[in-house]
Amino acid sequence: MSIDRRKFLKGGLLATTGAIASPYIISTAARAAGTINVGVLFSLTGGLSIVEKSLHDATLMAISEINAAGGAKGMKINAIVEDGASDPKTYNEKASKLVLQDKVPTVFGSYTSASRKAVLPVFEKRNNLYFYPTYYEGFECSKNVVYTGAVPNQQLSNFIPWIIKTLGKKKFFIVGSNYIYPREMAKVSKILIEKSGGEWIADEYLELGHSEWGSMVNKIKTSGCDVVLSNVVGDSVVAFYREYKNQGLTHDKLPICATVTSEIEIAAMGPEYAVGSYTSFPYFQAIDTERNKAFVERYRAFVKNPKAVTHHALESSYFQVFLWKQAVEKANELTPTAIREAVKGQEFDAPNGHVKIDPDNLHTYLTPRIAQWLPDGQGKIIDAYKEPTIPLPYVAYGETEKNLFCTGKGLETAKLKT
Amino acid sequence: MLEVLFIGLSLGSILLLVALGLAITYGAMGVINMAHGEMVMIGAYVTVLTGLWLGLNIFFAIPIAFIVTAVLGLVIERVVVRRLYGRLLDTLLATWGIAILIQQAVRLELGLSFFGIHIAGLGPGLQNVSVPAVLQGTFMLGSAEINRYRAFIIVVTAVLTAVTWLIMYRTPIGTQVRAIIRNPKMAAACGIDVARVNALTFAFGSGLAGVAGVMMSGFKTVFPDMGTPMVVDGFMVVVMGGVGSLLGSVLSAGILGEINGLVAAGTNDILARAVVFGVVIMIIILKPKGLFSLKGR
Repeated sequence: MSIDRRKFLKGGLLATTGAIASPYIISTAARAAGTINVGVLFSLTGGLSIVEKSLHDATLMAISEINAAGGAKGMKINAIVEDGASDPKTYNEKASKLVLQDKVPTVFGSYTSASRKAVLPVFEKRNNLYFYPTYYEGFECSKNVVYTGAVPNQQLSNFIPWIIKTLGKKKFFIVGSNYIYPREMAKVSKILIEKSGGEWIADEYLELGHSEWGSMVNKIKTSGCDVVLSNVVGDSVVAFYREYKNQGLTHDKLPICATVTSEIEIAAMGPEYAVGSYTSFPYFQAIDTERNKAFVERYRAFVKNPKAVTHHALESSYFQVFLWKQAVEKANELTPTAIREAVKGQEFDAPNGHVKIDPDNLHTYLTPRIAQWLPDGQGKIIDAYKEPTIPLPYVAYGETEKNLFCTGKGLETAKLKT
Repeated sequence: MLEVLFIGLSLGSILLLVALGLAITYGAMGVINMAHGEMVMIGAYVTVLTGLWLGLNIFFAIPIAFIVTAVLGLVIERVVVRRLYGRLLDTLLATWGIAILIQQAVRLELGLSFFGIHIAGLGPGLQNVSVPAVLQGTFMLGSAEINRYRAFIIVVTAVLTAVTWLIMYRTPIGTQVRAIIRNPKMAAACGIDVARVNALTFAFGSGLAGVAGVMMSGFKTVFPDMGTPMVVDGFMVVVMGGVGSLLGSVLSAGILGEINGLVAAGTNDILARAVVFGVVIMIIILKPKGLFSLKGR
């Protein structure tokens, strides 16, 4: 069924591609034969550089691996690196520079939604292409962005029923940082909790970057909940888990089930504070396959750090370059529009397993997994879907597999209002 | 209820811990020390480094951090601050510059990362400090379950406050400092070596910030930017308490901490923070010199 829809949509969209393509044909001809320039745009300085540097490294590693294996369509990929400096405004400027001055047909970049939203107008106005590797809140349907991180349904649709059925926990305390991602995640969670026969007794937020958790943890303690669903982001996570243990709460009685706590945060807080808690992500460093182990080894060698950790957004940063390469090989010209059309339905065997770009909404099929954290700072995967699941960026507003809101034609806003 | 009050007390003690050093440098010397937060950060990194390289736990880090940050404070005073006494806005800009330099020094591993040399424990990443088992978890006090680490912070803050009070009110050098607070020129005329006393005061204030950093490292993430938000809270306490008044700082930290704790328990943390800022604004409107101000003549 999905194949029919894909064919149908392609027919409709191909007509629009020719008109906008002309500037890129000129620039492609002017470029030195045998190289393709692409933009790589992450924060190498500032507060977010801790995480974004690892995404940057993974992107460059993928590019160097592709080049070592003969490049894309026989051409060497040349990365033009820019620094977003943890600042959305800088992101916008650098994106404009890559698109207008360097005339790259694709940019890989962004970690936060704020930086993605800041560059979006550039890519939409110039009809260029952006590859975004991070899990995010959904609620976006751009023709000019390929999203390779998880959307809420890929982190929660397995997690909530599993918490209720397998852990036997029914009373949820939802806690998050106060911005759009945790709020959208909470919205999806509530739908799923009610559907699965549980209840949520609180939905609380703290400022982003807040590190004083005394009152909140005390509230959790006295609320009578039996599970905590955490959408807390960034360095607040560390203070949260530490305070949790210091107030005498334990994960075997009252577990934290998190959507953002990855290998990076666990290493920063000290694994002893997270032992026994759970996280849902499509990728964990601990995935026990030869492909993933080899990936972790190659990454460590690439960054020259034998203890470097890998995580979900990092892995997406890596495999999205390969999806892009396959699209370039399929496309008959090096324009953003041609690459976009060619990337639809592309499949790849990534370190986390099989991934596929959805031809409708340009998001990625990923396999939801749940891990429990061990004393060595690694997750033990205790539950995983058998196959990749469809990305539904509008699940919080009632989108289902049979009733897609975001299709190749764009967002059907009428559905959003009902 | 007891637990809520305890959390408020703990919030107050953390505020005071950071404000104590500022109360001295700002209150006594009229220097807006924007690098104070970076001293806290250095204290936290000393804890990380002594743990990684010397295998010492957080208790040993306290004196080491005090010495390291006090020496650093002394150097800053000698090189920059002493040229700027009496120029309030210039001290703000100069120390802000120093703050950025210190942050970058930590981030770039003292510049060695340019040569491909990496020091474990420095760099732009998040660091973690392991807390001894004695300070993890809770103990029972009557019917209330008390957080050990927070109790430890309260004790350390109380000890530091007592030591500071003793130095300021029971030693000759403290008397000299208080004389300088009242009137530096008059103090100099009476034979006090103002330059020397100021240098020592600045070093002591920086040392206190270093100890605050050790305490922070146990329950917050250690990273190069960690000090910046703390300095704002610190100034809030000092300004509300009244510049130059130790008692004022203690009281205002306690009041703000309890307000924060109670409002957060009743509503949420975001509102609590708004209420805290509201209270501070009210107080500086009604009493522009703070709760306890020295009566100048």
